Amino acid sequence: MRKNLMMIRNILLISALLGVFICQVKGQKVYTKNGKVTFYSKAPLENIDAVNKSATAILFTKTGAIQVSVSIKGFEFEKALMQEHFNENYLESDKYPRAVFSGNVQQNEKINYSNDGMYMVTVKGSLMIHNVSRDIEAQGKIIIVNSIPRLIAEFNVSLEVYNITIPALVANKISKTVKIAVDCNLDNVLK
Amino acid sequence: MNYANMKKLRQLIIISLLYVPRLSLAQTDSLLNLIQPDNKTREYVTSAFKSSRVVNNQSLEMIGKGVLDLRILHRFGPLNSGATNLFGLDQASFRLGFDYGITKNLTVGIGRSTYQKELDGLVKWRIVQQVRGYKAFPVSIIWVSGVTANTAPVPAGENAKPISDRTGYYHELIVGRKFSDKFSFQLNPILVHRNRIPAASEDEKNEVFAMGAGLRFKLSKRIAFIADYDYVLSGLDKSIYENPLGIGIDIETGGHVFQLHFSNSAGLNENAFLTHSTNKWSKGEINFGFNLSRVFSIRKHKIK
Repeated sequence: MRKNLMMIRNILLISALLGVFICQVKGQKVYTKNGKVTFYSKAPLENIDAVNKSATAILFTKTGAIQVSVSIKGFEFEKALMQEHFNENYLESDKYPRAVFSGNVQQNEKINYSNDGMYMVTVKGSLMIHNVSRDIEAQGKIIIVNSIPRLIAEFNVSLEVYNITIPALVANKISKTVKIAVDCNLDNVLK
Repeated sequence: MNYANMKKLRQLIIISLLYVPRLSLAQTDSLLNLIQPDNKTREYVTSAFKSSRVVNNQSLEMIGKGVLDLRILHRFGPLNSGATNLFGLDQASFRLGFDYGITKNLTVGIGRSTYQKELDGLVKWRIVQQVRGYKAFPVSIIWVSGVTANTAPVPAGENAKPISDRTGYYHELIVGRKFSDKFSFQLNPILVHRNRIPAASEDEKNEVFAMGAGLRFKLSKRIAFIADYDYVLSGLDKSIYENPLGIGIDIETGGHVFQLHFSNSAGLNENAFLTHSTNKWSKGEINFGFNLSRVFSIRKHKIK
């Protein structure tokens, strides 16, 4: 009986230690709080250009799971008035303060995160803006330098899909789709 | 199995359970929650009012750096002046003004009103801005100082007066807060100094003190209810002059803000509406008016 118990204990301990070991070697959670998210829309009368340099992004290298969260109020515009309208009229940032992406890097197993390299990737997941969640797919690349993965992606979103309405009066001023670019250097490792 | 063994087994199970969180790291549901949130983020509160004026008074809102705000203000005659005057629309008092945001916290402005052909200039300085989050501050505090000069020709038979006699000053402190997405409120004590007053009496003083209050309540994304009131504390003959009260709505159309309102004043600068309002709401002497604000971005903010 005692022998059996010892055996069970050993098995448990070994498997637990092994689990910890595997987690630390194969899967790292890397993140940043200073990711860059920009958006750009071209329209006949006025181009809209904004940048946010405080996006939070996290990637679990083992599974390719990725999440990005960005504060709507953190977007800076060239024109003060645009920034006000963006927050007040379009994104309603008091009510919906953040946009969140949650998804996966496709074919993550092909990426070797421990060696330098560059991979063209497809990221699939759901993007929530203005309290509306929609599935999206983005093309991008992961560049690994000194074991630090940097994620770069670009995609278009339609304002209509996210219930962001443009008043008729300025409809010809504002493009109905915007291009969003993400650039996150995931240089922190979660302990 | 004896008791000691049972105990050991239990211990083992507990120990192994301790490892479960480690093993379940593979979960991906809330990766973001694993990151310690920054508790030092500060958020400056903006857009307490749609425009830099409530109705008559300056609001706690600033127009932004590099922004030129063209403001066209109209006050028509009283509604009770009858159909022959189209309920006041035949008479209009007008101010054309330009405000410019030198920095996000400093605005300068000039204007000219038809009433007494008055020129005015102002400086508006936000001393503190309301902040949420780390080192939060509950209110915004703004200082406004201005000068007004009556440039109307002297009526025949009267001696010409030096410009200093036709000049007035005002100083104002605005303390206001955006309480929620919808509701903002401010108090604005104000002092108007007139270099020369028509006829000095017990009640008429060069200095007029008033306590102003203003609010905004958003009805929709682009439409808001606005109201402001100034209670004159001293310096004016209250048997002649009334406290100005304005009630209206803001309509924002992207680039323009229209403020449509009713008030009992026809004056369009601080000196004029505080010390020259004689109309009474109770008698139907209500002036319809509108403010039109059109902003132009003169200097762009570098974002890259």
